[in-house]
Amino acid sequence: MMRRAWQYVKSFTLWDLLVGLTVTGRYLWKRKFTIRYPEEETPTSPRFRGIHALRRYANGEERCIACKLCEAVCPALAITIEAEPREDGSRRTTLYDIDTFKCVYCGFCEEACPVDAIVLTRFHDYHYEQRGENILTKETLLAIGDRYEKDIAEDRTEEAKYR
Amino acid sequence: MADIEIEIDDRKIQTHSEQMIIQVADEAGIYIPRFCYHKHLPVAANCRMCLVEVEKSPKALPACATPITPGMKVFTKSTKAMTAQRSVMEFLLINHPLDCPICDQGGECELQDLTMGFASPLSHFAEGKRAVKDEDIGPLVATEMTRCIQCTRCVRFGEEVAGLRELGATGRGEHMTIGTYIKHAMHSEVSGNIIDICPVGALTSKPFRFRARAWELTQAPSISPHDCVGSNLFVHSRNGSVMRVVSRENNAVNETWISDRDRFSYAGLDHPERLTQPWIRRHGKLAPATWEEALTAAAQGLRHSVDQHGSGQLGALISPSATLEESYLLQSLVRQLGSAHIDHRLRQVDFRDQATMPLAPGLGMSMAELAQCDAILLIGSHIQKEQPSAALRVRKAWSNGAKIMAVNMLDYHFHFPLHARVLVSPAQLVDTLAEMVEGLEIPRTLRDKKHACILLGALAMNHPRAAEIRYHAAKLAQLTGAKLGLLTEGANAAGAWLAGAVPHRTAMGQAVDAPGLDAQAMLAQPRKAYLLCNVEPELDCAQPQQAITALQHAEFVLALSMFNNATLEKHADVILPITPFTENTGTLVNAAGTWQSFNAAVSPLAEARPGWLVLQSLGQALHLEDFDMTSCAAIRDKVQGLLCPADIAGPEVECPKRAIPTMSAHNQLVRIGDIPIYATDSLVRRSQPLQEAQRILEGECAVVRIHPQRAAQLHITEGEMVHIKQNGKAVRLPAIYDTRLPEDAILIAGGIPETAMLDELFGIVEIDRIT
Repeated sequence: MMRRAWQYVKSFTLWDLLVGLTVTGRYLWKRKFTIRYPEEETPTSPRFRGIHALRRYANGEERCIACKLCEAVCPALAITIEAEPREDGSRRTTLYDIDTFKCVYCGFCEEACPVDAIVLTRFHDYHYEQRGENILTKETLLAIGDRYEKDIAEDRTEEAKYR
Repeated sequence: MADIEIEIDDRKIQTHSEQMIIQVADEAGIYIPRFCYHKHLPVAANCRMCLVEVEKSPKALPACATPITPGMKVFTKSTKAMTAQRSVMEFLLINHPLDCPICDQGGECELQDLTMGFASPLSHFAEGKRAVKDEDIGPLVATEMTRCIQCTRCVRFGEEVAGLRELGATGRGEHMTIGTYIKHAMHSEVSGNIIDICPVGALTSKPFRFRARAWELTQAPSISPHDCVGSNLFVHSRNGSVMRVVSRENNAVNETWISDRDRFSYAGLDHPERLTQPWIRRHGKLAPATWEEALTAAAQGLRHSVDQHGSGQLGALISPSATLEESYLLQSLVRQLGSAHIDHRLRQVDFRDQATMPLAPGLGMSMAELAQCDAILLIGSHIQKEQPSAALRVRKAWSNGAKIMAVNMLDYHFHFPLHARVLVSPAQLVDTLAEMVEGLEIPRTLRDKKHACILLGALAMNHPRAAEIRYHAAKLAQLTGAKLGLLTEGANAAGAWLAGAVPHRTAMGQAVDAPGLDAQAMLAQPRKAYLLCNVEPELDCAQPQQAITALQHAEFVLALSMFNNATLEKHADVILPITPFTENTGTLVNAAGTWQSFNAAVSPLAEARPGWLVLQSLGQALHLEDFDMTSCAAIRDKVQGLLCPADIAGPEVECPKRAIPTMSAHNQLVRIGDIPIYATDSLVRRSQPLQEAQRILEGECAVVRIHPQRAAQLHITEGEMVHIKQNGKAVRLPAIYDTRLPEDAILIAGGIPETAMLDELFGIVEIDRIT
């Protein structure tokens, strides 16, 4: 009986609406979160999984040894690798393609890589202008790696203690 | 075979004695880890991985070297066994590099698998690992000896199975390494098997090196199309292209061993000469065409020449390695067009006894029975290179105590010692065999032994008096109670006979009223039209120049071929691209008479189509009957369902002696036209790694081999270029001394382009110095 009377009062005083509006009122006076992208950017974690890169050793030698573990682990079948012995007899890829349209950025490839060759960088703001550019070739991946090597290395060092 | 009962892991197993624990466990499906144990190799017990607990034994015992006893209780998963296995794994991993990602065995490595299953995750070893220098052991097998765990499977395979005492262990303890004692490449035609048996990545395939991972490959069973053993294979492919070939176990045929020819011929599949579309000659030049155009042109060409010149002017040649179905369809097509000129015996020249040949020439016994013979006589056969897998059986027979003898024209080095050998020149071979009577060593041995057999090889079959050789061999077999076996060339000679790809018999040995011309006569009396199925005339025929001349004068030449070559380029009017065995479906009948069907492992390259489909379409285009089979198996069943006449017997009728031309001049010699090991068929000839291996196995092939004494008489020095003349054709080749030859014969290999200018494989040649 009491509950019904209370309901009655609530519906006439617009109580629920007022409760909701208090939340609005609270946020109205709080500090704003809006990021003015691209002038501003949200901070990212070193674990962020953005565009892929292939890394090199300090002496310029590519890290990838064509073990194909990333290709095997990739759940989206986005990686295609062809390999054969290089002139010096070492095991190397002749083709390393990642189809970014297929990629789900799960980071398994990076997880699987025994030599830290394939990595996902923090960079996520990229675009394509031509059909086919979505396939990152070995050259593109190495170029991305070369360009961001400093950041990539820093992120890995920071994360090393958790690995 | 007393039945005894033992207990493994509390399971009672009834079995027969004289077995090791591991054999019983394998049979019962109980897995015991192992590295050095291999079913087909002698027991070494040096890896200790198979340690198991046996009741009443204070220590764990190796299952591979512990014979079972009645009431024995074995525990493979007890703490004692597992601890022992874990410790062994730890020792094995001490010196094994842990860079599986760059190892070619990664993903199919026994050590990797057993580490996952049986090893402890921790190692007490903190010191540096050892490194071993690699040896280059040839173009087929890649080595990374640092990975070796000294299981000695390769060494035992070499010593016991292949008779190649080249690999061995040197040094002790940590310094023990496996390698060739003297630095050189391996001289074996079955060396590829060590790739399969190596449990780690120490021995891997060189042509396959780093190209694919085990988990990416699709496996399809297949049959070897290179020799009459019909070894069972697995074809591994990735994305529709063949990556490698490995052996498939079949104890009745090839056990688990295959020859290098079977294993590495796939390297020729992507040769630039592979035909990818049909070609038609237009205004004297070959031009690409569609299948429709090409089939119409082929059918019109055949029909036209038959109408114009009569059906007797059509001749058909088919490779002895073509499938049973292809042979059947081709003979059916040719016969329906009214011609009887069809043959598969391309390198043979003597067909006088063809009417009395068996239904399907072959061993007359199974491959396994060959190993149980206690005396084997090889006539004109270098079995080791002609049928490497059959040679392993012969070697097995020898190691079981059999006496192996040889009557050869060249003193070949076999991987088994010969009890007796007779070396004769090709001219005297027949007489030598005719004179083989009881008193001599060879017939006496054959007679004394219970399971004796006589094997005729390629050199005997291709001899100009082959019929007489077969007759005398059969006579000798009769006299001594031995079996007579024919080791035919190609993978499907028996199948070709059964399918009717011979001029005097149709399918299943039905004799025809008017036999057609044989392979030799067809080219000697040029026809107006030729149909070639998987034949490279200048390399596959007994008389290359005669074949080329015949094709040159023909009005219409239709070729079904996997590869293009100079002769087809010049003389073929229509070329239809057919597929090699990896893309083909069909049946091969081996020398033991086993019908083995196989399916395509990958889809055909570009526009190429399986031979049987092409022949079927051609038959339809010609409006012939019975060319409407829905599958390859239907054709096989049809051939198999035909009744065979029972009265086909062995070669018993004595044939008239054939006069052979005598040598008149001082510089005349008989040629031995031996076919080099990797020059037998079009696919093998195009496999780069095999060609490199051939140079190591047999030396340079494009040479004249001559006995040093004869050379001295002719003032020929070693390495000198000499003129070779045969029936008006001449080539220049370097001379090499070879003491294996009789003095009045020289060896000039056939089946290679350098000697395709010459004529008969066993003819008289003149040798002259270049002045």
